[in-house]
Amino acid sequence: MILQSIFEAIESLAANKMRSGLTIIGIVIGVAAVIAIISVGRGAENTITGSIQGIGTNLLFILRSGSDDVRNPEPLTLGDAEAIADQFQAPSVAGVAPLLTGSARVTSGGESTSTSVNGVTPAYQEVRNINLKEGIFINQEHILGRASVTVIGTEVADKLFGRKEGLEGETIRVEGQPYRIIGILEERGGSSFNNEDNQILVPLTTAQTRLLRRQTRDRVDMILAQAVTADVVVEANQEIAQILRTRHRTEIGADDFRILTQQDFLATAQTITGVLTIFLGGIAAISLLVGGIGIMNIMLVSVTERTREIGLRKALGARKVDILTQFLTESSLLSFLGGLIGIGLGATLSFIIERIAEASNAEIHPAIGMDTILLATLFSTAVGLFFGLYPANRAANLEPVEALRYE
Amino acid sequence: MDEAVIKAINLTKVYSMGEVEVHALRGLSLEILRGEVVAIMGPSGSGKSTLMNIIGCLDRPSSGDYILDGEQVSNLKDDQLAAIRNQKVGFVFQSFNLLARATALSNVELPMRYSGKRKNRKQTAKEALESVGLGDRIYHRPNELSGGQQQRVAIARALVNNPAIILADEPTGNLDTKSGEELMSLLLSLNKDRGTTLIIVTHDPEIASLTQRVIYIRDGVVEENH
Repeated sequence: MILQSIFEAIESLAANKMRSGLTIIGIVIGVAAVIAIISVGRGAENTITGSIQGIGTNLLFILRSGSDDVRNPEPLTLGDAEAIADQFQAPSVAGVAPLLTGSARVTSGGESTSTSVNGVTPAYQEVRNINLKEGIFINQEHILGRASVTVIGTEVADKLFGRKEGLEGETIRVEGQPYRIIGILEERGGSSFNNEDNQILVPLTTAQTRLLRRQTRDRVDMILAQAVTADVVVEANQEIAQILRTRHRTEIGADDFRILTQQDFLATAQTITGVLTIFLGGIAAISLLVGGIGIMNIMLVSVTERTREIGLRKALGARKVDILTQFLTESSLLSFLGGLIGIGLGATLSFIIERIAEASNAEIHPAIGMDTILLATLFSTAVGLFFGLYPANRAANLEPVEALRYE
Repeated sequence: MDEAVIKAINLTKVYSMGEVEVHALRGLSLEILRGEVVAIMGPSGSGKSTLMNIIGCLDRPSSGDYILDGEQVSNLKDDQLAAIRNQKVGFVFQSFNLLARATALSNVELPMRYSGKRKNRKQTAKEALESVGLGDRIYHRPNELSGGQQQRVAIARALVNNPAIILADEPTGNLDTKSGEELMSLLLSLNKDRGTTLIIVTHDPEIASLTQRVIYIRDGVVEENH
């Protein structure tokens, strides 16, 4: 019965190929737009996710929390960092890097720029997975001697010296104090949310005493911890929280610190791209709506044209539901076909967008999932069904006597 | 054989055209027996078409009773009427009313589609086409058939569900004299062989003369019945 309806619908659509073709263009464009936008959106999401993952999947950021609920919140200290580094108290933690962060004016010769300054320990290189373009990283001697040395990012180097290499041994002034360049960071690219090419690193002890002075000597702004593997990030998180609660004498639920994992950043980024994709996809869906109205229009014309046929079918015993089914099958078949072609066009579009993005050095790999395809097919068919309802209902409710008499 | 297949008692039909009420039927009664061949005649505006629509279950009377093949059908709902039409009435129209896109076979199959019959649909349709002498034309489309042949397809379609009556509205109106005559003899032979009740609405006295009884309608009532 259903097969027969579909077959009849194909026959009647094929009888008017030109018209059927023009009718489905609206649906084709709508579906293509939705597919392209969703797939490019997902591609962008993957790119962003990838760049967040580039930070290191097993990284934990420990920050001081300024919540009002906590009485006498205690700052993070070097002591906290040492406690977290304790193998026995926190077996899931592999590396710990306390950090002082701030910003400063950096000058050299006549050039001057504003950049972020991080006071770091040697562990920072390992924890943040840092590679150097040239020179060496800050080592224990620099820490002990509170040396006036610095490792600088390529963007800072470019601004001050107009070149990105061969700068070892040069001197820059940070807040007026001279620092010798011992290394240059490898470029990380500006695609991350935090531009790591525009920073300079100095020994933590140097920052404590001369650049980024805090109320007490051992206070730090942030502690980076590295879990042994990505699988034990949760355990590491719990161990660190336990250590800090004990040290700060806070109760559970009234922490004066915050531990962020990469998962938290990922979740935020995914929420943002997800909202964007839905928003744009919604706009594209409007064109599907317009396509649906086109189908309704043509189906109305078709019902009028075939009034006599409807009358005849009714005379031969077609019930309302039979006529309804006939026209609904036609309209949903139209939009189903439109959906199929739209999926093809959408895939082509996102392929073209990928090429364009490539040409402008942005890496987006559109991802067309099976779920997107299914959704688009179902949705476009539903559009045809919905907009076919009114014309089909009109056909089903024709009076047989009048329909037969219709010229 | 004198059981009435059609029994109409005191039928009225009133159309309201805006403010004016048109009385198409004014208490019409008639009986048609099973196996009879009857012609219904009358000038235009006599209520002939209205009567035909009611007999064919395409329309309901405003009042009165209409009993078709033992079933009271004057008060049925639309879909119930559709089922009655499908089972008990075979239509033959003046303008054939075949589906242009479909082959003769599919055209004849159509009533069976709406009766939910699945088995042997093609076979039954083929037999019906053979019985009207079109066994060699079953895959032709209407535009590949002559007028007479098209009307014979329509007759096969009317026959295929074994209806109680065949209702033919000016069946020869669009045909030339020769194919008209052939068609009439086909209809009459079907009546003779199968015993199908045949009701022919016509203007043509010659056609009417071939039937057993002629019912004249004028001003919404039966004027003459012989």
